[in-house]
Amino acid sequence: MEQLVKRINGMIHLKAYNRQRDDLFFITVEKSQLELVLSHLKNNEGFTHLAFLQAVDFLEDSKFQLTYMLYNYDIRVNLGVKVLIGRDKAEMTSIHKLWAHAWQYQRELHELFGINFPGSPRVEESFVLEGWEEMPPMRRDFDTKEYSERTFYQRPGRSTNDPKEYMKEKMYKNYAASPRIRRDDE
Amino acid sequence: MNRKHIDEIEKQMKLANEGLPEEERKFFADVIPTRVDPFNKYWEQFLNWARSRSLWMLAFGTGCGATELRPLMTSRFDMARFGIFPRPTPRQASVFVVGGYASIKTIKRIIRSYEQMQGPKYVIALGSCTINGGMYYDSYNTINRLDYYIPVDVYIAGCMPRPEALIAGFNRLKEKIVAGECEGMNEYTDKFDWFKKNQKEIIKDWNMPDYNW
Amino acid sequence: MSIWTKVLYAVVSVSVATVYGLTLGGIVRKLYARVHGRFGPPVWQPFLDIIQTYSRRVAVSHGNMFFLGPVLRLAGGLGTYLFIPVIFGSALFSNFSMAGDLLLVMYFVFFGQLGMALGAGQGGHPYSPLGIARGLAQMSAFEVPFSLAVIAVAIQYNSLNITSIVAAQQGGFMHWTLFTNPLAVIAAMISILGMNMHAPFSIVMAPQEIPIGPPIEMNGSFLSILQTNRGLFAAAKLVLFMNLFFGGATNIIEMIVKTFFIYMFSVFVGAAYPRFRPEQSFRFFLKWPAFIGVLSIIYITYLGGAS
Repeated sequence: MEQLVKRINGMIHLKAYNRQRDDLFFITVEKSQLELVLSHLKNNEGFTHLAFLQAVDFLEDSKFQLTYMLYNYDIRVNLGVKVLIGRDKAEMTSIHKLWAHAWQYQRELHELFGINFPGSPRVEESFVLEGWEEMPPMRRDFDTKEYSERTFYQRPGRSTNDPKEYMKEKMYKNYAASPRIRRDDE
Repeated sequence: MNRKHIDEIEKQMKLANEGLPEEERKFFADVIPTRVDPFNKYWEQFLNWARSRSLWMLAFGTGCGATELRPLMTSRFDMARFGIFPRPTPRQASVFVVGGYASIKTIKRIIRSYEQMQGPKYVIALGSCTINGGMYYDSYNTINRLDYYIPVDVYIAGCMPRPEALIAGFNRLKEKIVAGECEGMNEYTDKFDWFKKNQKEIIKDWNMPDYNW
Repeated sequence: MSIWTKVLYAVVSVSVATVYGLTLGGIVRKLYARVHGRFGPPVWQPFLDIIQTYSRRVAVSHGNMFFLGPVLRLAGGLGTYLFIPVIFGSALFSNFSMAGDLLLVMYFVFFGQLGMALGAGQGGHPYSPLGIARGLAQMSAFEVPFSLAVIAVAIQYNSLNITSIVAAQQGGFMHWTLFTNPLAVIAAMISILGMNMHAPFSIVMAPQEIPIGPPIEMNGSFLSILQTNRGLFAAAKLVLFMNLFFGGATNIIEMIVKTFFIYMFSVFVGAAYPRFRPEQSFRFFLKWPAFIGVLSIIYITYLGGAS
């Protein structure tokens, strides 16, 4: 695996490298070089399977982190390729030519995060939300509770605990001291 | 009253079906459903007795609660001994079991299925999600109260309710049917405008007929 | 006997057959439930179901043929039943039996499914033509061994009249077709498996593949007619088999005992086997059962000798 990282590092600039388990690795690459890395991994290194493609919203840094999860059937290794893109007018190159089924993930991300993938087939179609008119709901600045109260009728008499306070009290006594989860490239 | 007025009134009495494209509107019914009252009190009591002993359930797994319907059908809990049978099509079913949370995409199908069911129809809403949203009370995509969209006869609380609770709910429904309290079909037609207003408020792309016969 | 007495008798006979057929259906449900290790619904559940479907306050129709579908189906069931003498020598249960009624009955067994094909097609649901296609194909398949068996019986007794066929089998069970021409009975009993549509030949109403098939759009009273017909038609088929192959019946107790065991044969097979795929089912009937049917004709023409 280290040799693989070295080989890739020779080709392009690798922003970060993280070994989570013996069979789970993450690399962070530049946005412009993603397609190059992915096609290299697929064609030359045997990572033929795209398991999933998902996004994380780093609201504080105004960035989306996309993770392309690859799998190599020969050496049985998971490799996550991460890439950071800007949050405003988020746009990413489509990889549906490398893996045909990626269009479905891209359609989902387009709907739930508002990340645009130009050229990806059927990307504008609604995936789980039919007739959605608000901002993409998985963005962290979307207030889902406020939306729910505004749209769906509340039944009076429901009592609820604030999850953050409740979990702090019950489970994480020293919540304030616990470190924030860092990105790989920080 | 001249011809123009009559046309105007007739137009108001019909459903607009505005969600459909122009050329498809003629394929669907545009009649507003009307109230159908029982024929005779004592005859209706007899029919209700028979209906309560032969409940045909629409097995439409709308949420995670549908998981609890499978053990109900099989040998451990065996709902057939209560006269409850799964039925594959809404046309023939009389009980609609809404299995848990209903997202907006699902509530569209729930409404279509409910409206396609015939005659006296009953709704059992299972799980907390249908009562007040349950653990999805603050979700952007799931409704909180089912009774704003279709009339509900029996709620079964729990997350998820066990099959025993479901059997108790079905028995409660039977008692209500025998007592003649389950008139959800007429409630729906009486408050048709109110239900439609609520439904259209959350279903933004209404691309189906206003009433699905 | 005046025609009105005869009509009155026929009404009584049809009612008895319907109630009997529906009760059989209830017993079958109970039996399947016991095989599954369940308690199962009560035996009178089919009657409750009929009242329940009949008592729907609204019913959606899809056009004229949709109306006619269940009616034609019921006509098929009634036609089959009304031309079979149920109990040999009884005026009450002789129905409208006459010379050559065997041919008419053979036709009516087919008729109901054809009527249903016209009606269900107008429902517009894709599963109903699928179910109809399967039903007609399977019917053509099991009709081959069944027709061969019936031809063998007709040759054997030199008659197309069911009453005289029954009359020829009287006088001890060794005179039954079961013992005088066993090959024809084997072919016919295999074809009744397909006719009763229990597993492994339950491909028409297969609830897991094409949810209940042809009557999928039938609702309310349409469905209730179909359910009534299911009881009547089941009874009619069983009585026909009893008359042709098991010596008929001289009283109602004998009729009930014999038809019950004929029915239970297909039910036991159904409880023990999973479902065939459609093409497996068609091929099955066209191979060995058809061959046995041909053998039975050869046997009766050349070896048994038409006496």
